[in-house]
This record gives sequence, C-alpha cells and structure tokens, in this order.
Amino acid sequence: MNQKNLKVFRKILFYFVTIAFVVVLLLPFIWQFLTSVKPLNEIAAIPAKWIPSKINIQYYFNVFQKHPFGKYLLNSLIVAASTTVLSILIGASAAYALARLRFKGKKIMLMAILSISMFPTIATLSPLYLLLKKAHLLNTYGGLIIPYITFALPMAIWLLTNFFSQLPKGFEEAASIDGCSRAGIFFRIMLPLIKPATFSVGLLVFINAWNEYIYALTFMTNDNMRTVPVGIALFPSNYELPWGDMAAASVVVTVPLILLVLIFQKKIVAGLTTGGIKE
Amino acid sequence: MAMNKKKGKVSLEKAESRAAWIMMAPAIVVLCVIAVYPILRTFWLSIHEMVLTDPASGYPFVGVKNYIQIFQDKRAIASIIFTLKFTVCTVAFELFIGFGAALIMNNAFKGRGLVRAAILVPWAIPTSVSALMWKFIYNDQYGMFNDILYRLHIIDSYKAWLSTSGGSFMALVVTDVWKTAPFMALLILAGLQMVPDELYESAKIDGANVFQRFFSITLPIVKGTVLVALLFRTLDAFRVFDLVSVMTGGANGTESISLYAYNNLMKFLDFGYGSALAVMIFVVVFIISMIYMHFMGDKLDEM
Repeated sequence: MNQKNLKVFRKILFYFVTIAFVVVLLLPFIWQFLTSVKPLNEIAAIPAKWIPSKINIQYYFNVFQKHPFGKYLLNSLIVAASTTVLSILIGASAAYALARLRFKGKKIMLMAILSISMFPTIATLSPLYLLLKKAHLLNTYGGLIIPYITFALPMAIWLLTNFFSQLPKGFEEAASIDGCSRAGIFFRIMLPLIKPATFSVGLLVFINAWNEYIYALTFMTNDNMRTVPVGIALFPSNYELPWGDMAAASVVVTVPLILLVLIFQKKIVAGLTTGGIKE
Repeated sequence: MAMNKKKGKVSLEKAESRAAWIMMAPAIVVLCVIAVYPILRTFWLSIHEMVLTDPASGYPFVGVKNYIQIFQDKRAIASIIFTLKFTVCTVAFELFIGFGAALIMNNAFKGRGLVRAAILVPWAIPTSVSALMWKFIYNDQYGMFNDILYRLHIIDSYKAWLSTSGGSFMALVVTDVWKTAPFMALLILAGLQMVPDELYESAKIDGANVFQRFFSITLPIVKGTVLVALLFRTLDAFRVFDLVSVMTGGANGTESISLYAYNNLMKFLDFGYGSALAVMIFVVVFIISMIYMHFMGDKLDEM
C-alpha cells in the first residue's frame, strides 16, 4: 500500500513539474496574444487585466496599415527561401563528395567548413558592407542573400554530409557495376535517397535565415527592404510605445512558426540532432 | 597482370579524387569569396586606421595600435566582462534546465509530443521577437512580471527591472535561458535515447539507486552529446548581439562585446578599431571551437 502511494505521489510530482515547465515556456506567448487583443486602456491597466473585457483586433490592422509589415514578410520570405535553395543546391554535391568519395585533404575540408560555420557574424560584417556597397547591392535582395550564404552553406554542407554518410556503403559500387556514370549515381540515385533529409536541412537553414538580425540590420537600411526581425524591432522608434502593434506583429510572426514546428517536428529534430551526434 | 591491376587502382583513386574536388569546387569558390576573404580583410582593417568619416587620413598602417587600444578602453573592458558573465550564467542555467527537461521527456508519458512541440517554439521564433516580448513582460507599469510577483507578494511595489544594472542582467539571462534551454534539452534528449534500457534494468537488479544509475550509466553515455551542446551554446552566448541590442540597447552595463564592436563599426564608422574588436571575438570563438574540434576528432576520422 505504502509502495503504491509513493508511486502515485511520484507520478503526480512528475506531471506537476512537466506542466509547470510547459506553462513557463508558453506563458510569454499567451501574455503576448492577450495583449494583442486588449483594448488600449486595458493594456495600460494597473494591476494588469489578464482577460480582455472585449476583443479588439485594431492592432492587427495597424500592423499592416501603419507599418509596411506585409512587405517585411515578403522580404523575409524571398531572402530566406532563396538562401535555402541556393545553399542546398551548392551544398549537396560538396556534401556528397565529403561523405562518400575518397580523397586527400578531406579532414582539413571538414574542419574548414565547420570553422566557417562558427565565424562570428560581426567578424565579416565590415568587409561585406564595403563589398556590397561597392557592388551597389545594399538594400537589394541579393545583398542579403549573398551574406546569408556564409552561414547557410557551411550549415547545409555539414548536415547533408552527416546524412549522406548514414546511407549504407556499397550503393555506388552496385550502381557502377550496372553501368551508371558518376554523375548518374549522384543525380539519379543519391539525390533521391537524400531527399527527405534535404527537407530537414532546408527547414533548419530557412529558420536560421528567417531569424537573422545583424546582417539584415546593417545591409537593409531602407524601411521598405527590411526583414521581419529587424522591422519589428524598429517599430518603437517610429511611434510612441506601440505595445499593441508590437504584440499583434509578434503573434503574426509566431503563429506560422508554431504551425511549422507542429507539422514538421520530427524533421526539425532529425536535422538538429544529426549535427550534434551520430548514431 | 598484377602491375596493370595496381595501375588501374591508382588511376581509379585519382579519378575519384578529381571528381570529389570538382563536386566541391562551387562551394569552395563561394566560401572563399564571401567568408574567407572578408575574414582576412577584417584582419587587414584591424591593423590600419580607417575612420570612414575621415577619408583624408589615407587609412595608414598602424600595426597593433588598435589592439592596444582595446586594453586601455574602459568601455571595451566592461563589455568583455559583461559578455563573460553573461556566457557563464546562461550556459550554466541552460545546462541544468536542459538536462532536467531532457530527463523528463525521456520518459514515456501522455502528451510527450506536445511537450516536445512546446519546446521547439521558443527556439524557432526570431531572437528579436522574443526580446521584444520579454521587454514588455518586464515593463515597469504594464508588465506581466511585476504583476505576477506582486500578486504572489514577492515584491511590495512595481520595479523598473530594465533600468537597473542587476535587473537588466537578470532579464537578459532569463530571456536567453527561456529561448535556448529547450534547444539544449532536445540535443541531450537525443543523447539519452541512445542509452539502452537493459542497462538500467540490470543496474536496478543489482540494487543501484537512481543517483548511482544517473552517474554511472546515463552521464558517461551522454557526455559527448552534452559537451557538443554546451560548446554550441557557449559560442552563441559569447557572440550575443540581437537580444542585447533589442532588449536594453546595451544600457546599464549590458553592452556585449559584439554590440560594442558593432557600434564602433556602424555607428562611429571606426572600421579599424571596430575590426580589432571583431578579430578579438573571432579569436576567442576560434579557441572555443578548437576545444570543440578536439571532442569532434573521432567523428571526423569516421567519415
């Protein structure tokens, strides 16, 4: 009986800790959402009024009418998507070579790619700024996609190399006996095999590019060219403390990401963990 | 005949090696232009005097002058100390909380998928958005933080958290831990799932208690994963920029070294000194990475 009580107690404790953990994780989002639908006087109520007396969706209109937020979303989408596609296109063949072909200097190449992926953004900022300025690429999509490749490409190569090397050995031999050329092996056999992993890697690269801040802040100075993270952060400088607008804007940004995470949870975790550990 | 075979093998290896370099060529070219060249250029800038507002100076070579300046600059030293404090505090909390959360999620229970999804959300949103959210939470009048603490009778009057040095520091650490401890938990969880259940079972039969099982079975197996997660986080914490820039703007002694370098580069347009600071960050990150590479050594050999 005592043993059983202890078990029940432990189970209750376990669920209590777990629920407390999840609540702490989600509370800021809940608060932000409630703020975004409160009437103005209730945002400023002391003590705080948690549940709004009526739903106010004015801030959601403000986000798109007072600020070029639609444009921010479009800019972020174009830049993050282009970065993702480009880095996977360039990265896949390099990753294949690193994972499956034998050549001298492989270890050095892997080390170099890993090192580049750890470059602090700030350390490449000023030369890239001078370079982009000279090429008249500041405030253009290209002017942000190019710098983004600096972190996206090493990341894509690193993760794809891990996925390629997980494929069973001997595929290539079998294919070359069947008369497949090296290019044929890569395009017709290896790429289709790696497709699901490419999606995982793509998601991670996309999220990283979508969230990037320093380059976007520095290279996109024209308000119309700003991306979401910088655009939101600069709301306060244009208007006096628009807490409601900021709350609504962060809900607009967060909801698609929550959906993305819910739908592709397994893919994201697979991508995240393959970089850190293997088998 | 034997000679021919050997020759054939050699040329096959050569062909394979050539194919590898051809396949890597686009990536190598791109990375040289947009990553290797800028880093070298930053080194070059750091040993020159280059203030963009003063082109008449001709940007002369000044040797290590910019580096010496770092150690005479009180603001630079304060930012280094802040960054180190921030790194140590956040990484320690993230490890502790991340490990705890991973141990919880390693149990089979109802709603585990939901917990895992909840954990990914803070990781997935832009840092600047989470910084804004928490900035409002800490707001001196309308914020949730004051409200909750007041209702729980932990404080007897509302506090302006972001206007004191201690309050700002705590606010930044909490926000960073909230955003990245989940990431730590996920990596550690992946490591925990490599521990075979039979090991626990046999240890239980041998009479090992929960702590003995943790220290003699769990910890040795996940050590590698934990170290990798730890070093990833250390690098990120040391480079902190977005969070500080959005939440406090570096006020009240919270200017990180990256933010100070950024201010020198893009606000004061002092590319020489700013670059010296950037190189210093790069070198520290490089040293931390070397430790990381040391642990990754075996893995690189496997490939």
